[in-house]
Amino acid sequence: MSPLDRIANVSILKVVLLSRPRITNMKYVADIVNADKATGRSRKYKIIFSPQKFYTCELVLEEEGIYGDVTCDEWAFYLLPLDDDLLSMELPEFFRDYFLEGDQRWISAVARALQLLNSLFGPFTHTYGIGRCAKMVYEVWRELVEESEGDSQARRPEISHVFLMDRDVDYVTALCSQVVYEGLVDDTFRIKCGSVDFGPDVTSSDRSFKVLLNAQDKVFSEIRNEHFSNVFGFLSQKARNLQTQYDRRRGMDIKQMKNFVSQELKGLKQEHRLLSLHIGACESIMKKKTKQDFQELLKTEHSLLEGFDIRESTSYIEEHIDRQVSPSESLRLMCLLSVTENGLIPKDYRSLKTQYLQSYGPEHLLTFHNLKRIGLLTEQAPGETLTAVESKVSKLVTDRAAGKLTDAFNSLARKSNFRGLSKKLGLIPRVDGEYNLKVPRDMAYVFSGAYVPLSCKIIEQVLERKGWLGLEEVVRLLNGNEFAPTEPVTEENPAWEVQRVILAVFLGGCTFSEISALRFLGKEKGYKFIFLTTAIASSARLMDAMLEAKV
Amino acid sequence: MACYTANWDPLGEEAFYRKFELYSMAWNLKEDLRDCLVAAAPYGGPIALLKNNLRKEKSPGSRPLLEIYSASGVPLASVLWKSGQVVQLGWTASEDLLCIQEDGTVLIYNLFCEFKRHFSMGNEVLQNHVREAKVFHTEYGTGVAILTGAHRFSLTTNIDNLKLRRMPEVPGLQKLPSCWAVLSQDRVTIILLAVGQDLYLLDNTSCSVVTPPGISPHAGAYVQMAVSFNYCHLALFTDTGSIWMGTSSLKEKLGEFSCDFRAPPRQMVWCTRPRSKQRAVVVAWDRRLLVAGNSKECIQFVLDEDSYLVPELDGVRIFSRTTHEFLHEIPEASEEIFKIASMAPGALLLEAQREYEKESQKADEYLREIKDQNLLSEAARQCIEAAGYEHEPETQKSLLRAASFGKCFLDKFSPESFVRTCRDLRVLNAIRDYQIGIPLTFAQYKQLTIEVLLDRLVLRRLYPLAIKICEYLRLSEFQGVSRILAHWACYKVQQKDKSDEEVAHAVNQKLGDTPGISYSEIAARAYDCGRTELAIKLLEYEPRSGEQVPLLLKMKKSQLALNKAIESGDTDLVYTVVLHLKNELNRGTFFMTLQKQPVALSLYRQFCKHQELETLKDLYNQDDDHQELGNFHVHSSYSSEKRIEGRVAALQNAVDEYYKAKNEFAAKATEDQIKLLRMQRRLQDDLDKPYVDYSLHDTVYGLVLDGNHKRAEQLYREFRIPDKRFWWLKIGALAEREDWEEMEKFSKSKKSPIGYLPFVEICMKHHNRHEAKKYAARVTPEQRVKAHILVGELDQAADAAIEHKNENEMNLVLSKCTAATDSSVGEKINRAKAQILKK
Repeated sequence: MSPLDRIANVSILKVVLLSRPRITNMKYVADIVNADKATGRSRKYKIIFSPQKFYTCELVLEEEGIYGDVTCDEWAFYLLPLDDDLLSMELPEFFRDYFLEGDQRWISAVARALQLLNSLFGPFTHTYGIGRCAKMVYEVWRELVEESEGDSQARRPEISHVFLMDRDVDYVTALCSQVVYEGLVDDTFRIKCGSVDFGPDVTSSDRSFKVLLNAQDKVFSEIRNEHFSNVFGFLSQKARNLQTQYDRRRGMDIKQMKNFVSQELKGLKQEHRLLSLHIGACESIMKKKTKQDFQELLKTEHSLLEGFDIRESTSYIEEHIDRQVSPSESLRLMCLLSVTENGLIPKDYRSLKTQYLQSYGPEHLLTFHNLKRIGLLTEQAPGETLTAVESKVSKLVTDRAAGKLTDAFNSLARKSNFRGLSKKLGLIPRVDGEYNLKVPRDMAYVFSGAYVPLSCKIIEQVLERKGWLGLEEVVRLLNGNEFAPTEPVTEENPAWEVQRVILAVFLGGCTFSEISALRFLGKEKGYKFIFLTTAIASSARLMDAMLEAKV
Repeated sequence: MACYTANWDPLGEEAFYRKFELYSMAWNLKEDLRDCLVAAAPYGGPIALLKNNLRKEKSPGSRPLLEIYSASGVPLASVLWKSGQVVQLGWTASEDLLCIQEDGTVLIYNLFCEFKRHFSMGNEVLQNHVREAKVFHTEYGTGVAILTGAHRFSLTTNIDNLKLRRMPEVPGLQKLPSCWAVLSQDRVTIILLAVGQDLYLLDNTSCSVVTPPGISPHAGAYVQMAVSFNYCHLALFTDTGSIWMGTSSLKEKLGEFSCDFRAPPRQMVWCTRPRSKQRAVVVAWDRRLLVAGNSKECIQFVLDEDSYLVPELDGVRIFSRTTHEFLHEIPEASEEIFKIASMAPGALLLEAQREYEKESQKADEYLREIKDQNLLSEAARQCIEAAGYEHEPETQKSLLRAASFGKCFLDKFSPESFVRTCRDLRVLNAIRDYQIGIPLTFAQYKQLTIEVLLDRLVLRRLYPLAIKICEYLRLSEFQGVSRILAHWACYKVQQKDKSDEEVAHAVNQKLGDTPGISYSEIAARAYDCGRTELAIKLLEYEPRSGEQVPLLLKMKKSQLALNKAIESGDTDLVYTVVLHLKNELNRGTFFMTLQKQPVALSLYRQFCKHQELETLKDLYNQDDDHQELGNFHVHSSYSSEKRIEGRVAALQNAVDEYYKAKNEFAAKATEDQIKLLRMQRRLQDDLDKPYVDYSLHDTVYGLVLDGNHKRAEQLYREFRIPDKRFWWLKIGALAEREDWEEMEKFSKSKKSPIGYLPFVEICMKHHNRHEAKKYAARVTPEQRVKAHILVGELDQAADAAIEHKNENEMNLVLSKCTAATDSSVGEKINRAKAQILKK
């Protein structure tokens, strides 16, 4: 009995459950309710669905026989601001639901989130995008705009540019190991909702520590976008500065000391605490990364990106699997190989899969099926030329009678054409001598200067060209579905042109490396990027979403 | 304008009353009003007449006739009354007609005599009959109170949410009360009734006798009572001709009047207005009308014909066969301006403006007089207000002109009230037109609000006027024009004389894509009228496919609904249709339908994955999707099956399916898994350790770890584990077992396919430097430096590096050197490097 129940001397209190509208969740609810019923407890239950209620959920409740026991409500909660420039919908299931299962249920949620931002900071006049999902979101959003038209007044937009992108436009970037500090922290410790749990090995005490990672953290905000190799140097410099500030108190008189204690000390202490945490995190990362021969791993990834020494990389991956380093890491490397090479050659495809099954268990047969379906791990089909695939795609897209729909139904794993894209867009920077990671030249710094993230490059190009003009070949390689403002854009106001704010929307998640790269681009070009993502993605999360694990 | 006050009649010192004609009635009534049941709705509402009702002989030729007219007497509709004996007519707040029958049934008709619904006032009434009934309006809505033949009262306060209340019995009541009324006090509805000289108050639970304060003991028996529009005041008429006026709480007396007529009046109603100076009642006899207030005198009018009084918020409407008049107390602003010889600022301003129009300099004089007293803005305000009270457009105009004139001489006079009054008057004049016939006063209009007025116009199907008003008042399209157009369309689809094609076209022509229009609502209405084809046509115009779906489902156009749902891109909607179809169609047809809609099919599959696994299998079966069937069996082999036999059987099924799907890889992999499972089972039995559910790698590892090398070898051969993997796995397990002897034996069994560096690494990992050194010697030359470094033999590492003449390796060794202990090594390398450089 809850305390309040005891006071009221009755059990009338409701059990309130906040839930995503998922069938599995409904089954958990049914279990709770039925367990209560079995023990003869009668309580009231309320399920609050966020962001919306789905008919299937109600149906499941009905089929489980508890529809009468619960009341339902909706909480239209779409956007969780994780940082000054980062909004997340916290829908990690989006990726699997849409790209694997072809389920469009979240499309309208994204469109509504977009409309929310549009009504607050819009109107968005320049909307670009690429990808089937992006296109659908765009269409649904336009409908919402038209419906609500009339109650919005014309005003100067704070955000006028929007770029929508599907995750499947660029899997490569998401599959690479992250080496920017924030990305590394995410890869190593997993950042959840903008906060990370640093374990005892980081805090060097016996308890773990939860830290919010955002622009409010002074130390973190300075190193988050830095290449990892710079971070240690920066932190030790920072530590020295801190020490000198502490040292100032020597030779202070009482009054100054009082001032120091009351005003500065708290800030310094705070900074001190954060600094020691981040140093601890760095050490822990170093320890883990060196143990697994991180350099070797990066080298392999870079040669995959460049398309050199494929045989060597393949045997590296094989060894990786044989030694059971980690199921999701092994899978990631296989996928990276497949995506960069437009599929594995049949022999490798079979042998790597066999090895993997032997190492990690037979249920991954289904994992492979998923990966094939989504196009992350495929076999190079002999004879099937690019044009054949293309004609299929274009037929699907133009087939309006079949609707927006067949689109999403992705029985058709798309080809990545990474090699061609890389060449067209110059994703592998030609380096003369050492790439200076301290003073980055371009977005490639987020991958040690070896690779400019494809997704970010596309955004850069489109913004620069104010459309897709001149990118026809790239679009073709990306399998089309691009869109841009239909009317010629009039740059009427040069004033806001100076500080352009661009909303970058990632459907299916974006990685911290991409965020860092675009922040860098923004600084270079004088844009300000705001990120809206369905969830933060990382290679491990993508792989986990595909995994068919035993329950 | 000298005659302007000609129809003003003073009542006491303070107030004037006037009676003026609103309309001369257009209805050509043959009967006397007294022969009909009459009900007129407040706020200038319609008038209902039930003729021939009282005629006793029920010859079939003379059925009662129910007629509805506008306030100006324009007929709206009529219908032959075929139901039972009607006791009372009344109007609801939403202008529906209530016909209360003797048997307690209340029938509800709309303005056009179309039957809407009916309800009953309780079963007991069936025997006792309703003797009298009253319709009343409170904050809860429209209520009905009845008095039965058993002298009992029943009432409901809201007919839309019917809750019957049977009032307590009045003790000793043997005959019908002489008069009664419904009161609403503090949200409680009570009944006041008079029996002879006694007054009773009936509330929910009790009946109490009350006495009005200050009533003379010789007043006599009560014959008539009246409650004011707002339930605040009560008037009682006794058989001695005395009228008592007071608050309805019976706590205060407001006045008394004694008149010469003792006959019970036909009607008595209050005539007040908000902030009225005088509280007066209007009493009507057959040919006489009397206005009485708190003064000795009264105002009397002669009535030429039967008249009917309708109390309003700010006066009384009086209609007869020929005319419709309005009687009210002159509002303050009008009185100030028009009173003879008034020097009020408004009056002066009106005068000034008239002089100005005559181009007389007197205008200036008047104006100065007002300005000197600093009352110009007050003057303008008065004129604007008074304009609102006027019925004649000419008078309105002259007052507004005066206000506008005065405004010119003012710096800070907000134009808002002027503009608003102009607009409102324009609207009021339009609806007062006798064709429309809604004689609303300004005060009533404000009370009613424009939204309700528009609703009423829509109810009367005066769509063009309503739209014009919306446009004129610049109401937002959403709540204005669009809404009215939608209503129009809903009405339009009910016109059965036009073809579907025509109607759909007409509707679309007029509505286009006006924002806020819901074609699906209109279509729903069409469907309700049984015009399915029209509904479908109309739905075609609905831009939001999502909106089309529910109606299509309702019309059983499931296929179409499914198409539309898919088009909308709303997954939830698709689910709704799919699951609806599932219940509606038989399984075969259902599956066939899904076949044609891949999106729906994929969604349904997902649903089945969670809820109906067997159906999922059937679906795959029907598609001959052997790949998915294989996956299905694999999945169930580890999720639902627990026994080994069951799992093997499931996997065997999977193998078959995979072969059918021509997926040899998966088939082979699954066959291997079957083999492994059987093997693991045997191992488990033999060794009494859990092996099932481990991967092949882990199984072999476990065997080595337990020293079962033979069995490990067996698996290695049987499953053709690649050498490399086997070596990695075996040395790892051996090291964990710290079986160094076996490891050495193994290392010598044949040439290592993974080299010997892993041996060094694994030994060092388990902190066995001694063993590590053994293998370091066997490492290939290329890896030797690394191996030596690993075991900590920097000196030898340096030698090897120098031997290779490899600068990178030398640097690597150098980086591991610490000045204190390995200075000699460092020097050696530096020397070697120098040598290389020399060459």
